[in-house]
Amino acid sequence: MAIAKTKVTVPDFSLSPRIDQVGVEERASRFTKRSIKKETKLNGLKLVLNMIDLTTLEGKDTDGKVRQLCYKAMHPHDSIPGIPTVAAVCVYPSMVKVAKKALEGSGIKVASVATAFPSGQAPKDIKIRDTKFAVNEGADEVDMVISRGKFHAGEYNFVFDEISAIKEACGNARLKVILETGELGTFDKVRRASDIAMYAGADFIKTSTGKIQPAATMPVTLVMLEAIRDFYYKTGKMIGMKPAGGISKSKLALHYLVMVKEVLGEDWLNNEWFRFGASSLANDVLMQIAKEKTGLYQSANYFSID
Amino acid sequence: MEKTVKKSSLTISENGLEKKSSTQRLEVLKTYKIYIGGQFPRTESGRFYQPENAAGKKLGNICLSSRKDFRDAALVARGAFGGWSSRAAFNRGQILYRMAEMLEGRKIQFIDELIQQGATKAKAEKEVMQSIDRLIYYAGWCDKFQQIYSAVNPVASSHFNFSVPEPMGVVAIIAPQSDSLLGLVSVIAPVIAGGNTCVVLASETKPLCAITFAEVLNSSDLPGGVVNILTGKPKELNEWFVNHMDVNATVYCENDSTVKTMMREKSAQNLKRVFFYESVKWDSEAGQSPYYIMDTQEIKTTWHPVENIAGAGGGY
Repeated sequence: MAIAKTKVTVPDFSLSPRIDQVGVEERASRFTKRSIKKETKLNGLKLVLNMIDLTTLEGKDTDGKVRQLCYKAMHPHDSIPGIPTVAAVCVYPSMVKVAKKALEGSGIKVASVATAFPSGQAPKDIKIRDTKFAVNEGADEVDMVISRGKFHAGEYNFVFDEISAIKEACGNARLKVILETGELGTFDKVRRASDIAMYAGADFIKTSTGKIQPAATMPVTLVMLEAIRDFYYKTGKMIGMKPAGGISKSKLALHYLVMVKEVLGEDWLNNEWFRFGASSLANDVLMQIAKEKTGLYQSANYFSID
Repeated sequence: MEKTVKKSSLTISENGLEKKSSTQRLEVLKTYKIYIGGQFPRTESGRFYQPENAAGKKLGNICLSSRKDFRDAALVARGAFGGWSSRAAFNRGQILYRMAEMLEGRKIQFIDELIQQGATKAKAEKEVMQSIDRLIYYAGWCDKFQQIYSAVNPVASSHFNFSVPEPMGVVAIIAPQSDSLLGLVSVIAPVIAGGNTCVVLASETKPLCAITFAEVLNSSDLPGGVVNILTGKPKELNEWFVNHMDVNATVYCENDSTVKTMMREKSAQNLKRVFFYESVKWDSEAGQSPYYIMDTQEIKTTWHPVENIAGAGGGY
């Protein structure tokens, strides 16, 4: 009986709620109308910076590039005191060891993509080995991709089982599940994929790999936040959210924070439960912070390359 | 008799309707929008003003640009810089020539606007012709000034050493108040001829030609963002034109010593160059010179290692 209590009943995912596209887009556009100025803006910008997963996921990544990114993660802009670090550095599994060593003692997490990122087109056992490799190298967080092909073919059980298998392979590492919303097509499917991921054991759900357009948008993130809210009401379990790709301006990032606060509440407004997957966002946030501090519009020439 | 009729048609009563007989057509007052990144947006601030000519006639609805319009313009100017500066100099010349062609085609509108702003017909015609000629003048210089101002320098070591001018980047220009078209063209042309991009604040009291000139630019192969034209009060915007860290040079054409001092001080923040063209007579020969191009150029010197030239009997 005790076991039965902690069990979560897995719903029929084909019955996931349908999404009113027009309504969602209308609602999402409302979040962009809030006015955030001065001190509040400064605090918001610092929070955004502290939520960033500074990311480099390129074929040309070298140890040196990763070390440079890690330095940037720890010292975003030393000439302004009181600037927080980013939340994590996100790299390919082969770069985890380098990043882990470079970030030693800083408290910044190492996130690794895994499971044949970005396509996810590999057999399950290879995906599991990929994940275990990343975790053994020292990854604190694993960003997996779902099998979109299987999902579109209606094989929800396959997708579900794969996510739970990866979750098991993660051990103590937190699992972020990338839905790649740009390939899912409709909000209905985004909602369904979110439900599958959360019931299968995701700690975070994430919009995109950043390799496919469109990546994160406010409406799609809203659909996923609402899925998280419904899941929380049903099970009492908090799930994190990570929009990734296409968020490169601080103003947009602040709109996302407004959305998180108004959909999920303050509990989610920290880097434990909300992240931005981005690379160029960090510099824009730093330039805006510098603008708030000095009153001068800034130039990219005075900020480190990332 | 005829004179009084003419005068009364320019007078506008308190309720904005012309006093003339009921059959007289109500004139449409044009809204002149600003020019940013090849688009014609309204000012972000939503404000406008209605400058009047000496006869008291309202010239149009003119955007009162804010610092945020300047910020947006500087951003697109920066974005356009890479493409514009890396274009072949000859191609830049072709585009400046095209601008002159387009201006030629619409000269009647410009003459009309200059007359509305208070110029005599003869003066207006002369100003438009000179503006067209000035564009042709700088179109010609586009691929020639580099040759004149470059140098191969004599050095003692085994290096081929040469200096060439390169564009500075984004130039913020506060255009002359009086010569509203010729002055504007005379400050924009040398800046873009050299491969820079610019944000220009047009004459506050005579802004019509500036925005019509933007319409000319927009239809003359000039990539969006290379020239951005704002309208508004220099008093509000002067400081922002020098305060921006991503602006590389500022051109100021008035003779206000407090503003000049402020500009010198503020531009030290990122060592931007400041140029004061306060006493230039734009309608004279002195209004055009390749030195205006050189003002917004930096000289880059390259040391290229070579075989021992002197040993081979070479001159440099």
